[in-house]
Amino acid sequence: MIPASFDYVAPTTVEEALAALAQYGDEAKIIAGGQSLLPVLRMRLNAPEWVIDLGRIDSLKGVRDEGDSILVGAMTRHCDVATDPLVAEHAALVARATATVADEQVRHRGTFGGALAHADPAGDLGAPALALDAEFVIAGPAGERVVPGSEFFQGLFETAVSEDELLVGVRIPKHTGWLAHYEKFVRVAHQWPICAVGATLKVSGGVIEGAAIGLTNMGATPLRAAGVEQALIGQQATEEVVRNAAALAADGAEPPSDLNGDADYRRHLVTVLTRRAITKALGG
Amino acid sequence: MARISMRVDGMKVTDDVEPRTLLVQYLREGLGKTGTVIGCDTSNCGACTVHLDGDSVKSCNVLAVQADGCEVTTIEGLADTVEGDLHPVQEAFRECHGLQCGFCTPGMIMQSVDLLKRNPQPSEDEIREGIEGNLCRCTGYHNIVRAVQYASGHLATAASPRGATEEVDAL
Repeated sequence: MIPASFDYVAPTTVEEALAALAQYGDEAKIIAGGQSLLPVLRMRLNAPEWVIDLGRIDSLKGVRDEGDSILVGAMTRHCDVATDPLVAEHAALVARATATVADEQVRHRGTFGGALAHADPAGDLGAPALALDAEFVIAGPAGERVVPGSEFFQGLFETAVSEDELLVGVRIPKHTGWLAHYEKFVRVAHQWPICAVGATLKVSGGVIEGAAIGLTNMGATPLRAAGVEQALIGQQATEEVVRNAAALAADGAEPPSDLNGDADYRRHLVTVLTRRAITKALGG
Repeated sequence: MARISMRVDGMKVTDDVEPRTLLVQYLREGLGKTGTVIGCDTSNCGACTVHLDGDSVKSCNVLAVQADGCEVTTIEGLADTVEGDLHPVQEAFRECHGLQCGFCTPGMIMQSVDLLKRNPQPSEDEIREGIEGNLCRCTGYHNIVRAVQYASGHLATAASPRGATEEVDAL
């Protein structure tokens, strides 16, 4: 299977990329790492006239320390995010989740920003980004704007990035010293999760001082499990507290039904995965 | 058409290609490097794995234009063609019979070389995880895992002080 014909441009700066977007408009598709786009083009589910490749824009690659937060460049590859020392220290949940994306070959090409802008509800990075209160830096004709995670994900494969804009980076407030685990349930190795849970916790003297729980594939967008977080904060990190909190994980979620499992199955599964994610984050 | 230049298995090549050309297509049809095979065509099976600037990738999921300016190594470029010696991982797959029908073998070997480069002494679990993006439809995984373990042991011996840095470089 070969994509339909398209013209190709590979700008080397964000300005050039925005100019290309302005010129070709809705006839263009952006390619980042291409690990989701190329299968779509090959199956001819989409046939853009132009493909704009961000792979030559070096300024979008790498992770930067910004004081209270870290900035992950949109074109930073999964394999580089998963092994980055700043990410490991200040956003451990992102490191854990990124290391589980697809397989090694895909992680060598796929990018942090590409995956988030694609906004697949079964993608592994949205829930951790949301849980860590990440902000999304979007460049457009009028300059840059910053959108919180709660507004970035708008629906199935739909984000706050409009057609003349690019996601250029993701700013993650430092969660230094927070424990983290990403628990994912897949039917086949290297596939998308049926459901997954990212848990990150700040624990001091056995007491849970901070908790952030993100859910993958429990709705059209990634979700925060606010009820679980509230049930954990201020409590001793005991098995009973964790079990009772995890039981609230599906509250308010409207998970999909598909060949891998119906909505009720996912509502049950997410409570089990939440318990495991919290327990493993705590070192159990 | 777009003009691309890259180094493939040590040889510099320049060609005009349609932007929609997949890297695997260019390797097979443009350069005749049919050692890299197309298995699933959906980026699931990993049979088309090659190294792009030293990292394993599924060449059915990369455009040839994206590889412009890069170094590509295929299964055909692993062995020392001058000496006629197989790469240690190829040798290990032969020694351990790490194949049944053999169709997944080029990709399995390329991914195993990548895995051993990052983790020269992987546990069995780490090997199985490291090759999770490669499918063997004959389900012959046990001998594939044994082959990677064999290669890992041999490379460790080869890497001992007496001389065999060449084989380490070959990774």
